[in-house]
Amino acid sequence: MSDTHAQTVAFVRETEIPPAPPPASQAGAVKWVRENLFSGPFNTIMTLLALYFIYKIFMGAFPWFANGVWDAGSIRECRDKVTASGAETGACFAVLVDRWDHLMFGFKYPADAYWRPLVAFLVMLVAIAPVLFSKVFPRKMLILTALYPFLAFWLIWGGSLWVPLTILAAIIVTGMIFKFVESLDVGARTILAAVVGAGAGAGLAYLLFTGAQELWFIAGSIGNATILTLISSTLFMALSVFTYAMFIPMGIFVGYAIYNDAEDGGLVTIVTSLAAIYVMLAYLLGPVSGTLNSIIPIELQAVPSRDMGGYMLCMILGVVCVSLSIPLGIILALGRQSNMPLIKGVCVVFIEFIRGVPLITLLFVANVMLAYFMPPESNFDLILRVIIMITMFSSAYIAEVIRGGLAALPKGQYEAADSLGLNYTQATRLIILPQALKISIPGIVNVAVGLFKDTTLVSVISMFDIVGMIRGPIQQSTDWISIYWEVYLFAALVFFVVCYSISQYSQWLERQLNTSHR
Amino acid sequence: MTTLADPHTESFRLSMLLNDTRYRSLTFQFIALVAIIAFMAFVGGNLVRNLAAAGLNISYEFLGSQAGYDINQRPIEYTSQSTHGRAALVGLLNTLIVAFLACITATIIGVIAGVLRLSNNWIVSKLMSFYVEIFRNVPVLIWILIIFSIMINTAPAPRDFRGDDPAASMWLFDTIAVTNRGVYIPKPVWGEGSLLVLGVFLASIVGIFLFRRYARKQLFDHGRLIPTFWPSVGLFFIPAILAQLVLGSPISLDYPSLQGFNFRGGITILGSLIALWFALAIYTGAFIAENVRAGILAISKGQTEAAGALGLRPNRIMSLVVLPQALRVIIPPLISQYLNITKNSSLAIAVGYMDVTGTLGGITLLQTGRAIETVLLLMLFYLTISLLISFFMNIFNERMKLQER
Repeated sequence: MSDTHAQTVAFVRETEIPPAPPPASQAGAVKWVRENLFSGPFNTIMTLLALYFIYKIFMGAFPWFANGVWDAGSIRECRDKVTASGAETGACFAVLVDRWDHLMFGFKYPADAYWRPLVAFLVMLVAIAPVLFSKVFPRKMLILTALYPFLAFWLIWGGSLWVPLTILAAIIVTGMIFKFVESLDVGARTILAAVVGAGAGAGLAYLLFTGAQELWFIAGSIGNATILTLISSTLFMALSVFTYAMFIPMGIFVGYAIYNDAEDGGLVTIVTSLAAIYVMLAYLLGPVSGTLNSIIPIELQAVPSRDMGGYMLCMILGVVCVSLSIPLGIILALGRQSNMPLIKGVCVVFIEFIRGVPLITLLFVANVMLAYFMPPESNFDLILRVIIMITMFSSAYIAEVIRGGLAALPKGQYEAADSLGLNYTQATRLIILPQALKISIPGIVNVAVGLFKDTTLVSVISMFDIVGMIRGPIQQSTDWISIYWEVYLFAALVFFVVCYSISQYSQWLERQLNTSHR
Repeated sequence: MTTLADPHTESFRLSMLLNDTRYRSLTFQFIALVAIIAFMAFVGGNLVRNLAAAGLNISYEFLGSQAGYDINQRPIEYTSQSTHGRAALVGLLNTLIVAFLACITATIIGVIAGVLRLSNNWIVSKLMSFYVEIFRNVPVLIWILIIFSIMINTAPAPRDFRGDDPAASMWLFDTIAVTNRGVYIPKPVWGEGSLLVLGVFLASIVGIFLFRRYARKQLFDHGRLIPTFWPSVGLFFIPAILAQLVLGSPISLDYPSLQGFNFRGGITILGSLIALWFALAIYTGAFIAENVRAGILAISKGQTEAAGALGLRPNRIMSLVVLPQALRVIIPPLISQYLNITKNSSLAIAVGYMDVTGTLGGITLLQTGRAIETVLLLMLFYLTISLLISFFMNIFNERMKLQER
């Protein structure tokens, strides 16, 4: 058969046909539009609906935006200008120009000091760069990052430069003490251990002692009416007797334990450093910085916390709380994984409690309740109280994210670390945490973005962050009464820019850290 | 010959408390316990001292005293003569109402947006991406305030509805009025025999469940596919409407109407409730959309192809193969979104909607000055809700879980 076929061929092409372009309906924009927009009746309807929707939005918003007035002193002047130009609608962006400083810094921050938060913000960008893009920037820039908190504190709050410098010096000295004690030989360290052990034991015993005193006091102040108070009173008594009884043995025990640990050296160095920094911060900070400042005064005008406001307040709360809550969250997550029932229980209760209540109630606690728990004469700064509560709030969420990361690690990683003979600290620091943190990056970033957005809630307890500023001083001023689209859209835009870039960064980082071999 | 010696038993030394991993955890826990007790004692002592200095004591008696303030949105009977406890209860119900409404709306919005974002229609999927990114990255408080401002600034005032040629008109055959004071909707009036209609309605819902169960049993046991959707819809509406007609319309509607300066009759939904409800719904809807998208993407393509190879039609592939598996991925984050809505509803205080934060944590706290008691009650309330929601959703989650045999 094939033979006959071969005979029947009348024409064999010997040259190739030049490649022809595909038909117009199968290439380029036409094909794309057909496939993506009009591939079926349903799809076509959806496309038309979407186009109509976009058209409506655009027609509504564009004239309003295009006829915007950028230069006016009040909302009335704005409206007049819009009608004078013959337009029907027009935005009044003049409020942003007029109140720019207030939106950014709040209405009480001294105007001649605006450069300070601005510089702090710019330096923050430089200081954060080596952390965010560790491959691009040299590692030495991390020194700037470490110094940044002190610089930013001084720039924003003002006062004497010597205060943050003394704190910095105290930290450096503590580090030097740590190194020094580590390098001591066993004999010297034993003597040191005996001294430190006695001190630490006495300190712990003192803590117990005051605790027991407080318990006596509470028990005594409870009335004598009902069974319930009787029970609680008895409980308090029993506890205080217990702590009294533990007073001396505790001191002896801790002293002995540290003494005994001297050959190993671990505990001695830690306790010595802790004791040193406590003494320095508690007793030396004020006199030393005061003296230095009287010799060489380097001062900026001090700004009290209640004068902070605007977007600056959101930034301060966001940056401080995120950076504080990550280490706290790691500790809580490790505590929740721990096999010590007491530690685990405390962490679980803390996390579940914080996650179960809205941030607003925690802010109420900061605003009206926290003062009751502080010593009567102490006067806690409101921003500090808010920072404490927001940090607790976000650390509980971060702890849950990291717990997910820890749980996702295969058991073999823990076993491998054990089989290498690493102890808990080494295994956690070198093997477990790096991997767990890598897994939890998206979650941590989500929490961070959420936290940054939640900083607007402080406006509910009448602090003047950007939303509080809009709701209070701007919308209620006679010039800008009940203006809302322009200011709220501006606030939304500011938050969008920051949050969107953070989430884009985290996606980039995920791709960077993706070490799995596929 | 080697002799096997007993393992050397170390006697207990004090330093083992620190160096031996068997005892070290006990030591640490003991120190932690001491620290916790000392901390609690410190805090408690301060509390007692501060309260004594302020002349206060911890007492919940204020819950029984007269509140003396009005609540604009009240699901149950409440006047300014009622007690603080009742005000708290009203606020609590208001919280539950707005959370419930927002949860349902957010789920609907989220599912639609999540599915549409995976659409092969370029414009639609881009539009949904815009929606998700814009709403996720702006604080919910700002959305609440924007919607609230729109409600009170652009909606017509009640007087615009008056006259022969009114500037505004009511929606849906003159039954719903949208004004800057709130939205007025018809209110059902329960007349004689309405219980019977209600009973018929409940019975038909039970009937739907039984019918679906029967249909499923038929499918599993005999391979017979009985259509369920339209019969369910019919069963849902027809018996109740028939009962209503036969009994001579015992359930009637009280329509809102303009009387004097404002609308009377019907149910008033305040602008603040609407702002809170819609803002929470669209904000959380953006998060739910992402969860839904991730859930659908998590189902491997092989599942769809295998179902297709079995000869299933696309809508059955979706409902029988893809969705049941995707739900397992979607439900856990959905639970936490519901919790978020409930907790975020406390932002009601920013727009003056009287939820439990507004009554108990707002006016009651200000009037009585009982900060500790009110804030503790508030926390207890939210904790209870959170735990309850996650408890029930976990049960549901358990039932949806992959049955491994």
